Amino acid sequence: MVPITTTHYLVVAAALFVLGVIGVLTRRNVVIVLMSIELILNAVNLNLVAFSRMWGLHGQVFAIFVVVDAAAEAAVGLGILIAFFRNKETINVDEIDLLKW
Amino acid sequence: MNPVATPFFFYLLSTLAILGGVMVIVRRNAVHSAIALIVTLLSVAGLYLMLYAPFVAGVQIIVYAGGIMVLFLFVIMLVNIDRSMKERAFNKQWWIAIAAAVALGALFVSVFVKSKGLFPERGLPLAEESNTQQIGLYLYGNYMFAFEIASLLLLVAIIGAVVMAKKRI
Amino acid sequence: MLEYIKSYLGSNLTPGSAGNMLWAFVYIALIFLGLSVAVIAMNWLERKILAHMQVRLGPMRVGPHGLLQPVADALKLLLKEDIMPAEADKLVFWLAPLIVVLAAFAVFTVVPFGPTHAVTDMNIGILFMLGVSSLGVLGIVMAGWASNSHYPLIGALRSSAQMVSYEVAMGLAVVSAVLMTSMNAQGTGTLSMIGIVQAQQQQGVWFIFKFFPLGFMAMGIFAIAMVAETNRAPFDLPEAESELTAGFHTEYSGFRWSLFFLAEYSAMIAVSSIAVTLWLGGWLRPFPNLLGGPLWDLVFSLAPGLSFLALGAMAAFNTFRMPRHSFFRVQTVGLALFAVLLAMIGVLMLAPGVRERVQDIFWFCFKVAVFMYLYIWYRGTFPRYRFDQLMRVGWKVLLPAGLGVLILTAIVGVLV
Repeated sequence: MVPITTTHYLVVAAALFVLGVIGVLTRRNVVIVLMSIELILNAVNLNLVAFSRMWGLHGQVFAIFVVVDAAAEAAVGLGILIAFFRNKETINVDEIDLLKW
Repeated sequence: MNPVATPFFFYLLSTLAILGGVMVIVRRNAVHSAIALIVTLLSVAGLYLMLYAPFVAGVQIIVYAGGIMVLFLFVIMLVNIDRSMKERAFNKQWWIAIAAAVALGALFVSVFVKSKGLFPERGLPLAEESNTQQIGLYLYGNYMFAFEIASLLLLVAIIGAVVMAKKRI
Repeated sequence: MLEYIKSYLGSNLTPGSAGNMLWAFVYIALIFLGLSVAVIAMNWLERKILAHMQVRLGPMRVGPHGLLQPVADALKLLLKEDIMPAEADKLVFWLAPLIVVLAAFAVFTVVPFGPTHAVTDMNIGILFMLGVSSLGVLGIVMAGWASNSHYPLIGALRSSAQMVSYEVAMGLAVVSAVLMTSMNAQGTGTLSMIGIVQAQQQQGVWFIFKFFPLGFMAMGIFAIAMVAETNRAPFDLPEAESELTAGFHTEYSGFRWSLFFLAEYSAMIAVSSIAVTLWLGGWLRPFPNLLGGPLWDLVFSLAPGLSFLALGAMAAFNTFRMPRHSFFRVQTVGLALFAVLLAMIGVLMLAPGVRERVQDIFWFCFKVAVFMYLYIWYRGTFPRYRFDQLMRVGWKVLLPAGLGVLILTAIVGVLV
């Protein structure tokens, strides 16, 4: 078998990133859009950790910051979602058009 | 000590991660998507372990799989799911979006093909100190300021989430 | 092959660290077996102790003093029809108990029963334990949602809110214990479970007594949070039978239900062993400094054998108290054989070659058993909390207390 190099990890990360982008752009359900954002952040994290294997630990520290950011983003995003659901009884992105008057 | 069967575990974990990612975006039911995302997150944690990053793997399991995903499942149960099961799962511009994503993927592929030999094959030798200790030194040393800002960000997020989700303040 | 098996003996590493897969599998099998026996024993003990607290007798029919009741229960559960609700989400309903059991059992890979008696020694051991045990809540939420029924859904919502809230306090208490491991000459702490116990050995103090009362307070916070984390009384709101019939596992029956049961008890044992490892010195024997020296070492190493002999004597005493009637003949003979078995185990543990090897495991299990008794005691004596009271205790009492203890531990650690 071919030994596993950094490029292998980068390819996996790129695949996850593209999947996340597809999810964000195509799905109507806001919860799944938020989950796709988590996928994108994970792809970025995988890249950072894979590079930190070659160039020192800075990448891993950044991955931890990204995890912190993801936690904050999920909390605020889901809070907005609940507030919105209470007012409009929908969680579809294309029906969130309160600013289009 | 030599790692056991590294290529096998790499292919297993990355297949699981990508399959989970696919399921996240194609499943109509949000709970199924969340479970698929958990599979992806755990496989990525396994990949971190293979990259000798145990601390990040641990953080990934605790924060993502144990914290954020529980929050997601909680919210999915709070918002009504029966209605969205009957509706269209994808919005109208899906074909443009797919085209854009394919273009992005092509860009990544071209970068990887062009950059052959740019990335070193072998990783750095592993340090004597444990990974956790080194990360701690970086976090409270070089990245002290970023760390403080991250804590402030979390505080803002807590207040923001409470303000958003509360009926009456 | 024989060389491979022998090559591990005499090593001072855990099988996982030594890279010996065969011994690792042996350890996994032993831990799995021991855990199953412990869960069965806990089932009997809980019913008997609760019964005696309420001045009842508890199970008495199956076997002498109901000793075989758990076996009968297990048989009944396995033979029962496994019902799946028609409107349930089949896949998730099937997956949920598996996740709960996996999360509860996977934790035991890093539990140190002795200096080399763990499946493996990770350098993120305690982080791994907290992370994997927090995966159990996912299974509970999935079970509640997949049942497609009201009581399980409410139980699952309560459970997820409760477990996520108490995990925070639990984590803070754990961090203050991990901070104590770094109070040595090099100033380097450790997250490894074996390393934490060895730090207590080197510093010559269990962390519950270190910086008194800080260690004690940290353990108190953990001991409260761990009861909430395992959904046990008085924090058993997710399965409060007077409100939600059985909470998240209302729709489960037969084998799947017994998986939830197994997971609940092994999760209790898992969090108790975290508490024992972090604050009560893991496998270390009591009073190593106060009662040191070879004589006391000998006395304490006799303890496991003597306690088994005492149990055997108790069983023998009860054999003579059995009613002299032909109905009870089989039970009397069975109890006598049980007494002989216990006595034989006791004698075996007194033998010079064996007693040094088993005492680590004995002290660890003994300390865990104390926590298990506490669990039953709580259940017998405390009334259940209301949900808002539960949340208030978690967020407004335990979390600030945990932060305060952490900061004080750091300050005292710098000053000392």
